[in-house]
Amino acid sequence: MHSTHPSQQSAGDAPRSLLPTGERRARLRRWRSVKDKISKYGISFAGISVVLAFATIFVYLFSEVGPLFSSASVDQKTSYQSPTAKPLHSNIERYGEIGLTVTADAKLQFFNADTGELKQQVQLALPADVTVTTFAKADPRTGTIILGLSNGQALIAKHEYLLSYPNDKRQVNPKVSYPLGEAPVQVDAQGQALVAIAIQEKDENRMLSAYTADGRLVLSNMVAETVFLTGETTVVRTDYTLPDAPASASRILIDNTFQNLFVADKAGQIHYYAINNPEQARLVQSVNAVSSGAQITAIEFLVGTVSLIVGSSTGELSQWFLVRDQHNNFDLKQIRDFEQHPGAITQIEAEYSRKGFMAIDDKGHLGIHYGTSARTLFLDAFDDELQPQQIAISPINTNFLLLDTKGQMHKFELENAHPDVSYTALWNEVWYEGRDEAKYIWQASAGSDEFEAKMSMVPLALGTLKAAFFAMLFATPLAIMSAIYVAYFMTPVLRGKVKPTIEIMAALPTVILGFLAGLWLAPFVEEYLSAVFAILILMPFMMLGAAYLWRFMPESIRNRFGLGWEAAFLVPVIILFGYLAVSASPVIDNAFFDGSLRQWFTDNGINYDQRNALIVGIAMGFAVIPNIFSIAEDAIFNVPRHLTQGSLALGATPWQTMVGVVLPTASPGVFAAVMVGFGRAVGETMIVLMATGNSPVVNFNIFEGMRTLSANIAVELPETAVGSTHFRVLFLAALVLFVFTFVFNTLAEVIRQRLRQRFSNL
Amino acid sequence: MKSLFGVRAWFRSGTPWIWLNAGAIALCLVMVIGVLGLIVVRGGSHFWPADLQQTEWSPESGQKKVIMGELVRAETVSAVMLRESGATVPAELEAVTRYLVKVGNRDLYGRDFSWYMDYEISGWTAPEGAIALERRERGNFYGFPLKLNEGDTLIAEGTAMWPELLKRVERANGIFQQMKDIEKNDISRINNQIEKLRLTERRLVLDKVSDAEMAEFKAQAEAENQVLNDEYAVIQQKLDQLRAESNRDSLVARSAEGREVTISLANIVNAFAPNDMSVWQKTKHYFNGIATFLSEEPREANTEGGIFPAIFGTVTMVILMAIIVTPFGVLAAIYLREYAKQGPLLKIIRISVYNLAGVPSIVYGVFGLGFFVYIMGGSIDQLFYPEALPSPTFGTPGLFWASLTLALLTLPVVIVSTEEGLSRIPSTIRMGSLALGATKSETLWKVVVPLATPAMMTGLILAVARAAGEVAPLMLVGVVKLAPTLPIDGNFPYIHLDQKIMHLGFHVFDVGFQSPNVEASRPLLYATALVLVLLIVVLNMAAIYMRNRLREKYRSDTD
Repeated sequence: MHSTHPSQQSAGDAPRSLLPTGERRARLRRWRSVKDKISKYGISFAGISVVLAFATIFVYLFSEVGPLFSSASVDQKTSYQSPTAKPLHSNIERYGEIGLTVTADAKLQFFNADTGELKQQVQLALPADVTVTTFAKADPRTGTIILGLSNGQALIAKHEYLLSYPNDKRQVNPKVSYPLGEAPVQVDAQGQALVAIAIQEKDENRMLSAYTADGRLVLSNMVAETVFLTGETTVVRTDYTLPDAPASASRILIDNTFQNLFVADKAGQIHYYAINNPEQARLVQSVNAVSSGAQITAIEFLVGTVSLIVGSSTGELSQWFLVRDQHNNFDLKQIRDFEQHPGAITQIEAEYSRKGFMAIDDKGHLGIHYGTSARTLFLDAFDDELQPQQIAISPINTNFLLLDTKGQMHKFELENAHPDVSYTALWNEVWYEGRDEAKYIWQASAGSDEFEAKMSMVPLALGTLKAAFFAMLFATPLAIMSAIYVAYFMTPVLRGKVKPTIEIMAALPTVILGFLAGLWLAPFVEEYLSAVFAILILMPFMMLGAAYLWRFMPESIRNRFGLGWEAAFLVPVIILFGYLAVSASPVIDNAFFDGSLRQWFTDNGINYDQRNALIVGIAMGFAVIPNIFSIAEDAIFNVPRHLTQGSLALGATPWQTMVGVVLPTASPGVFAAVMVGFGRAVGETMIVLMATGNSPVVNFNIFEGMRTLSANIAVELPETAVGSTHFRVLFLAALVLFVFTFVFNTLAEVIRQRLRQRFSNL
Repeated sequence: MKSLFGVRAWFRSGTPWIWLNAGAIALCLVMVIGVLGLIVVRGGSHFWPADLQQTEWSPESGQKKVIMGELVRAETVSAVMLRESGATVPAELEAVTRYLVKVGNRDLYGRDFSWYMDYEISGWTAPEGAIALERRERGNFYGFPLKLNEGDTLIAEGTAMWPELLKRVERANGIFQQMKDIEKNDISRINNQIEKLRLTERRLVLDKVSDAEMAEFKAQAEAENQVLNDEYAVIQQKLDQLRAESNRDSLVARSAEGREVTISLANIVNAFAPNDMSVWQKTKHYFNGIATFLSEEPREANTEGGIFPAIFGTVTMVILMAIIVTPFGVLAAIYLREYAKQGPLLKIIRISVYNLAGVPSIVYGVFGLGFFVYIMGGSIDQLFYPEALPSPTFGTPGLFWASLTLALLTLPVVIVSTEEGLSRIPSTIRMGSLALGATKSETLWKVVVPLATPAMMTGLILAVARAAGEVAPLMLVGVVKLAPTLPIDGNFPYIHLDQKIMHLGFHVFDVGFQSPNVEASRPLLYATALVLVLLIVVLNMAAIYMRNRLREKYRSDTD
C-alpha cells in the first residue's frame, strides 16, 4: 500500500517491471507484519490495562476495608527481669521507651522498657512502720496514683513524661510531682487502715474515697490552689462520710464528673452512690454484677469513666453503665457481655483513647476486648512458662508490658487498629454510653478521646433507601408512562424533538438540580405546600378533564392534530393548572389550614424540615426520569411490529394492544429500566447533599430530611484521618454503594440482553 | 360515543389512558423547559441594571425612614404565617405582599437585603440622580452623590460631577489593575524563586552533599536571596506609591435616609446611575456586566465579582481529562471489539465495563482520593519531591488527580460509544479491505477507525459534558472554593498539575450552601449555573447531532 510506485532504480537495463523487486516486497511484507503485531500487542496491552484499572478500583476498595475486620495481633519483643517482682501497678508511656512499676514499699521505678535497666527511682514519703495496704489510680491519662496506708493516710503522686530533643533525637524523661504535697494525706481521721481507696481528678480538684478496716466509707474533696506569685500550694479540703457503707469493699471507683461512686464488694455486688451533692450523698442501688457464687475479681472504668467493666472469678466480663429512665433516675445496668475467659479475671486494663480494654486471668490467658462493638479481638494463653501477673498498655495502643508470675517483664508489640467496628456495630442496634436504649446512630467523630464513635450504617443506608424510594415514587410512573406514549402513540415529528430534550434532561449536572432544589424549590414548596399537593393529586384529573373536553372540539381541528399530538395540547393545560394552583394556594391555606399548611402540619405533630424527602424526591426524580425513560422507551419501541399489527387487525384498540401485547412483551425491559433508575438514585450525591438537611435520622417521614451514604462520604471523607476506622468505614460505605449499583446494573443489563434475544426470535 | 354520557364507553376505549400517558411526557417537558427557563431568566437578568426604587417606610414601631434599593422580588404570604413568625400585621389583613429589597450599604445597615411589608410603605418611585456604586468591599452603595474631592480640595459638586467621577473611577481602576499585575507577576515570581532556593537547599541536605559544596551553595543562595529581596523592596515601594495614588480621590455621597459617607475611589469598581440610563445605555451596561462576570476574579468570599478562575479551572481540567481518556478509551474499545477472544469471559468484562458507567461518581472520588492522591501521590512525593516534605506536592488533591479520576469515570462512556461505532460498520467494508490483502491492523487503522471517528467524537463529547458537570468526586480530589492562582501561569513549568483548582459546579455548591450571604450571591449563582448549563447543553447538542448524522449515514450505507 505504501510503495506501489514502479521501482526507479531498475530503469535503463532490464525490461521494465511495474512491481518492486521480490526482495523489496518481502521486506515490505515483513514490515507490514511487524506493524500488524505492534498494533495487536499495543492495543491488547492498552485494553487489558484499562480492564485492570477498573479491577483495581474493586481490589483497592476491598484492601482499604479489609483491615476493619481483622483481629488483633500481639508480638513479643523483649523479656527481662522486672525491677520488682510484685509491683502494685505498672505502666508504659506512649513511645514505648519507658516503663514504670510502683513497688509495695512506695517506690516509683522508671526503667527502660526494652532492657529493664533502671533509669530513675523515686521513693514516696512512706512513714516508718507503716505499710501500703491498697493502691488506686485516677483516670490513667492524668498519671495520678494513690497508695492507701495502714495508718489511714494516703500517698498521692503524679507522674508524667516530658519530651526533649537534644541533637534532634527524642528523649523521654519521667517526672514525678506531688499535687497535694509530698507528705502523706490523712484520709481517715480515725487512723484506721485503708482497705480500698479511689482518687479522681478534674484539673486541680480531686475527689478521694476510701473504705476503712472498720467498715466506714469516707469521701474527701481536695482543691489545690496555687498562689500565683509565690507558687505556694494550699489545699482546701472537705470531708464527708457516706451512709450505708457495704459490709466489705474490694474496689472503689469515682467517675470524673464527681457525681457517681461505685463500690465493689466481696460478695459480687456493686453499690452505686450518688455523690453529685456530697453533703447528701446516698446509696442509690446495689446490684449483683456477677452470676451467683462468683465474685468480682476486677473492675475498671473504660476511658471517659462512664462504663464499668466487671470481671468475675469465673472469667465473665461484662460492661455496665448508668441508664437514665423516664423519671430521670439513674439505674446501673448490664449492657453487654464479652467472651468468657477460662480463669478468674485478675486485672482489667482500659485503653487510654477508646473504649477498649485488656484482661488477664489466672489461667494464663490474655484477652483484648472492645466495648462498643462487643468484639473480642484476642483471647489466648501463652506457653506454660508465661503466666501473666500484671499488664500495662501504652496510651496509643501500640505496645504493652506484661509481667509474669515469675517476675519477668515482657514487652509486646500490639496491633489492634480497628477494634471499634464489627458487623454487629455497623448493622445492629448498639447501646451507646449515656443513651437510654440501644439505637441506630451515626455520629462518627468528635473532639475528645472520651467520645464513643457511633458508626451504625443503618441510618445512612435507610436514608439512602428513603431518598431513592421517594425519587422512584415520583420518577417511575412519569418515566414509564412517558416512554409508553413516546414509543407508541406520539407522532414521529414530535418524537424527534422530544427525545433530544429528554437527553438534555439527562445531561443536566446534578449540582444544578441540587442547587435549584435547595435554594429555589425547597422554599417554594414550603410556601405553596397546598399547591404542591393539589398539583400532585389533581393533575391527572385535570388531564383527563382536558381530554374529555377535547372530544367537543370541532372535528376539523381534531382531525388535523389528532392522534399523536395529545402531549402538545396538554402542555398549556399543565401550565395553566399549575399557575392556578399556586395562585389559589394562599386562599386555600387561609380557608382550611389556618393560614399555612406547613404550620398546620407542625401543629398536628408532623415535623416539617424545609429541605426534606419530598424535595429530594422531586429533584432526584427529575434526574432519574431520563434514565428510566430512555431504556423503557427503547424496550417498548423495539417490540416487533407484526405483534402489534396482528393485535390491531384482530380488532383491539390501540390501548388494548398496548396493555395486552406490547407491555407484557416489553415488561422485562421496563423492569430493567426501573432497576437502572434505582441504581442511579441510590448513588446520587450532589442532589441529596444540597436538598436535604443531611441529618442522619431513622424514619420515613416525607417531610424530614435524611443523610445518604454518598452524601455522608462527600461530607466526612475530606475531614478524616487517613487509615483511621472512620476513614475505612467511609470506604466501606463506598464499597457498599459500588457493589450495590454494580449488581443492580448488571442484572438490568442481563435482562435487557435476554429481551433483545427474545425479540429477535419472535 | 358522541353523547355527553358516553363517559363509560370513552373510558373503555382506552383513550383517557393514552391521554394520561401523554400528560406524563408533557409534564416532563414542562419541567425540563421550566428548569432551563428558570436558570436562563434568573441568570440572565442579573446583569440588567435595575432601577433604584425609593419609598418611605413607616414601621409600627420606630421612626419613619426613606429607603432605596433594587426590588428583588415581591411575594404574597398569608398574614397568619407572618403573625406566627413574630410580625405585627394589622388585624383586618388576610394576605400581605412583601418586598425583598436590596438596600446595599452594608457598612451602614449591617446587611444588604431587607423585607418590607406592603402596608408599611408608601408607593415606589425611581428618584433621578440616584447612583449605584459597585464596591470592592462591603457590597454595593446606593445613594446620591454630593461632592467629589481630590485629597482635600473640592473638584466638582452635584450632578455636574458625573463625567468627572466616571473619569476618575476609570483612573483608579487603572491603578488597581497595575497593582494587581505587579502582585500577580513580579511578586509571585520573586516568591517562587525564593521558595525554589529553599527547596534546593533542603534537597542538598537530603542528598548529603559535602560541606564544601554546601557552603558554596549557601553563599550563592545568600547572594541570590539578597538580590531578590532588594527587588522585592523596590516593588513594594512602587506598590505603596500606587496605593496612595489610587486613594487620591474620594466621593462624598448621601444614602437614601440622609447619612453622609465618604468613599475612596480606589474602592469603586463601577459607578452608574440606573434611573437616568436610556435603554441603549442599559443594554451596554448589561453586556459589560456579562463580560466582567466571565473575565474577572471573584470578590467578597465569592459572592461578588466574576467567575473566570472557575471557568478556567473547569476547562483546564476537562481538557486534561480528554487527553487522558481518549487514547485509553478508544484503544480499550478496539481491543474489546477487534482483538479480545470473544467468549463468555469477554461478555462478562464487557457488561462490567458498561456498568461502571452507572457506578456512583462519589465512588470514583473515594478511589481517586485513596489510591491516586494518597498512594500514588504519596509515592511520587517520596521519590521526586522529598525536599518539600512534610508539605505534600502531589500527595494532596490537585488538578492532575481530578483529571485522572474523571478520566476513569468517563472511560466507560468513551468505550461504549466507540464500541457502538465500531459495531455499526458493515462487515462488508471490513471484508472488502481484508480481501484486497490488507493486514488486520491496516484494515483497522485505515478503514474501520476513520469510519468510526464520529462515534468516538460523540463519546468524547459526552465524556467531556459529564466531566464538566460532575462535582461529587471533585470535592474529594482537587477542587477548592478559592484558588489563589490559576493552574497555568508564567512560572516554570507553566502547567501546575499539582495545583488545586476552582470549578463551576463546585462554585455553585460552595457559594449556594456554604456562603454567609446567600441572598447576595443568589443572582450570581444563577448566572454561574447558566454558564455551566450552557456549556453542557451545547456539548450535548453537538454529541446528539453528530450521533444522529452518523446513524443516518450508516443507515443509507447499509441499505
